[in-house]
Amino acid sequence: MKNALGSPESVALVGGTSQIGLAICRELALGGRLRRVVLAGRPGERLDAAARDVGGWVVGDVRTVDFDAASTAGHDDAVAEIFEAGDQDVVVLAFGVLGAPDGMLDDPDQAVHVAEVNYVASVSMGLRVAASLRRQGHGTLVVLSSVAAERGRASNFVYGSSKAGLDTFAQGLGDRLVGTGVRVIVVRPGFVRTRMTDGLPEVPLACDAEDVGRAVAHALRTGQSTVWVPAVLRAVMSGLRHLPRPVFRRLPV
Amino acid sequence: MWADVETSELTGWGRTAPSAASVGTPSSTDQLLDAVRCAPSRGVVARGLGRSYGDPAQNAGGLVLETTGLDRITAFDPAAATVTAQSGVSIGRLLSVLADHGLFVPVTPGTRAVTLGGAIAADVHGKNHHRDGSIGRHLERMTILLADGSRRVVGPGPDADPELFWATLGGMGLTGIVLDATVRALRIAIPWMSVDTRRAGNLDELLAALDDADQRRYSVAWVDCLTTGRSAGRGVVTSGDHAAVEEAREWRRRSSPDPDPAARLTTPGWVPPGLLNRWTVAAFNEAWFRHAPRRRTGERQAPSSFFHPLDGVAGWNGLYGRAGLVQYQCVVPDVSTLRDVLTGLRSARTPTFLAVLKKFGPGNPGPLSFPRPGWTLALDIPASVDGLAALLDRLDTRVAEAGGSVYLAKDSRMRPELVPTFYPRLDEWHALRDRVDPHRLWQSDLSRRLSL
Ligand SMILES: Cc1cc2nc3c(=O)[nH]c(=O)nc-3n(C[C@H](O)[C@H](O)[C@H](O)COP(=O)(O)OP(=O)(O)OC[C@H]3O[C@@H](n4cnc5c(N)ncnc54)[C@H](O)[C@@H]3O)c2cc1C
Ligand SMILES: NC(=O)c1ccc[n+]([C@@H]2O[C@H](COP(=O)([O-])OP(=O)(O)OC[C@H]3O[C@@H](n4cnc5c(N)ncnc54)[C@H](OP(=O)(O)O)[C@@H]3O)[C@@H](O)[C@H]2O)c1
Repeated sequence: MKNALGSPESVALVGGTSQIGLAICRELALGGRLRRVVLAGRPGERLDAAARDVGGWVVGDVRTVDFDAASTAGHDDAVAEIFEAGDQDVVVLAFGVLGAPDGMLDDPDQAVHVAEVNYVASVSMGLRVAASLRRQGHGTLVVLSSVAAERGRASNFVYGSSKAGLDTFAQGLGDRLVGTGVRVIVVRPGFVRTRMTDGLPEVPLACDAEDVGRAVAHALRTGQSTVWVPAVLRAVMSGLRHLPRPVFRRLPV
Repeated sequence: MWADVETSELTGWGRTAPSAASVGTPSSTDQLLDAVRCAPSRGVVARGLGRSYGDPAQNAGGLVLETTGLDRITAFDPAAATVTAQSGVSIGRLLSVLADHGLFVPVTPGTRAVTLGGAIAADVHGKNHHRDGSIGRHLERMTILLADGSRRVVGPGPDADPELFWATLGGMGLTGIVLDATVRALRIAIPWMSVDTRRAGNLDELLAALDDADQRRYSVAWVDCLTTGRSAGRGVVTSGDHAAVEEAREWRRRSSPDPDPAARLTTPGWVPPGLLNRWTVAAFNEAWFRHAPRRRTGERQAPSSFFHPLDGVAGWNGLYGRAGLVQYQCVVPDVSTLRDVLTGLRSARTPTFLAVLKKFGPGNPGPLSFPRPGWTLALDIPASVDGLAALLDRLDTRVAEAGGSVYLAKDSRMRPELVPTFYPRLDEWHALRDRVDPHRLWQSDLSRRLSL
């Protein structure tokens, strides 16, 4: 069970190699209560390395579960395996793909893949995980959305639109689950320095995976349901949201 | 079959860590039995008035049975000063029934809005612990519904399954559901309290005053946890007893004004976040300290203002906002540990209103009963305070090293690993529980969180 100060005893990270996801786990482990971690992801050296890494700072049971976002047919089994070891206090949906910057105008197949992984698979996993959390009567689903969900941008509109779908889905799901003991936290990071953004030009207000970890841990403690990282993005985006399109288009963000 | 249950979300008094369960409020013992018989796989737990701070009266994904519909007084013998009541009756109700016959409950916690069952499950203590012990000492017997569906009458006597009796006191509902209990009441002369108040400028003075105050049946101190320097640990000691007839005569002669103008304040439903911060709380503490008399004896007070001052402020736990509050209550055997705990709290500068300090008398045979000789300190802290988790873990470590304990009825965050240290006879309790509930019918969020 999660305690009164938001420290969970178990966490499942779906997208088990995500650097942001692992940073969230690590921050939650600092609460000193974490005894069970499940990393769900595509099998391979990267997932094994993540498990070894987590084993270094969690005393207890660390296991991996096969999960491929792109094949929703396997999602039932994955969720069953995730909950096999017992209750999950926190489930983090951290899988996602960015897609080639600017490239998708001529690559509808890649765009469909981005939409499938970021949106379709999240809907599929979100609902299945929510059903399991409801049965146990408690738990928090943490969903990695993005500031890119706020407004379509020429440079990453496929990614942005998939996150917009995910974001709206997760908000509504959270509202739908009020009274069931299950909470949904929607996380909207800006530019985070991880493998995903490696090689991209850094934008203002860039942050690290650890910053996202701390913000999520704080939200678990205080009951906050929307998390911007860094927090000032909330104000920034509420300004940008109302800029006329031609102006927004020219912004260097 | 009775199946009047509805899924709803529950928290304890601290309003932290909500979870959902099927919740039912049986209005007869038969209905309760029915509900228990078709319990879901995630088990059952009883819930009284939800005044424990954390999660012992929650059972995520399972069944929670509220006892408040089982509140009949089934036998009352004023001459023998014994009363038998169903477990859902509140201490407040018992107080008013007893009052008409010159009787008083033997032990009351700081609020009268707790049930008899909840008081037993936590083995509650009051301001008279140094003299009268906790509630377990004042029970003749109780009836427990066991996991196998049978009812058992148990008591402290050798032929009444005393192991089960004592394991239920402090057992947090995990040995069975208490159906009813027989309490020995206290005889009093008149329904007024005679109260002494003494202000102490630092911790040494406070501890000395509290030692003095222990001459009286009831004693407690309030400590200011924010002030540093020479006034660190300053506070106010109140002590008292049920007034004697002569005192009442004296009051009438001096025609003291009627206390307790029954004013009922409510807190607003919404409080600006950050209202409870270090500065506002420090200002409150200062005003409160200055307001207390340096020394006053034999003041007339109504029992409600002496025992249950917070009950006048409905919904005060709402003041702590969305994140809720944590209550930390520990007992430590010696003054030097007490000092360390107070210093730890002070240096973290947590916005704590007054902490309650009391000296416990001897404990009882209950393996999970909390009170034991030493100083007990209890304080409310907003859960949103940064660094609180680490601070309380540090205090726990210090308390554990000293052989002290932390109270399960207030806990919502202790480390599961420390339970055997805080409750050294946990093994004994586990053995008893294996006997009466081998399949773990009784479960709660607390039992899951602490792997009890
Ligand atoms: C303002 C305030 C002041 C307090 N002061 C004190 C104090 O001075 N001293 C003290 O000791 N405590 C104190 N407490 C704590 C309180 O007395 C205990 O938490 C008590 O258990 C609450 O009773 P309840 O009826 O609300 O039970 P709940 O909080 O609903 O339940 C508490 C536990 O009792 C179990 N339980 C309830 N009914 C039954 C039953 N029929 N059979 C078996 N198990 C049952 C539940 O399963 C749960 O484990 C205080 C609490 C508050 C809010
Ligand atoms: N980095 C940022 O700036 C940023 C900003 C806002 C939001 N986000 C979001 O945060 C989340 C985590 O990103 P990150 O920064 O931690 O990047 P990351 O380290 O690259 O993590 C992405 C994760 O997605 C997994 N994944 C991709 N496709 C998958 C598939 N088909 N099946 C299963 N897993 C798949 C990856 O697993 P493999 O190891 O198997 O590839 C990896 O675990 C993503 O949803 C991302 O959109 C990131």
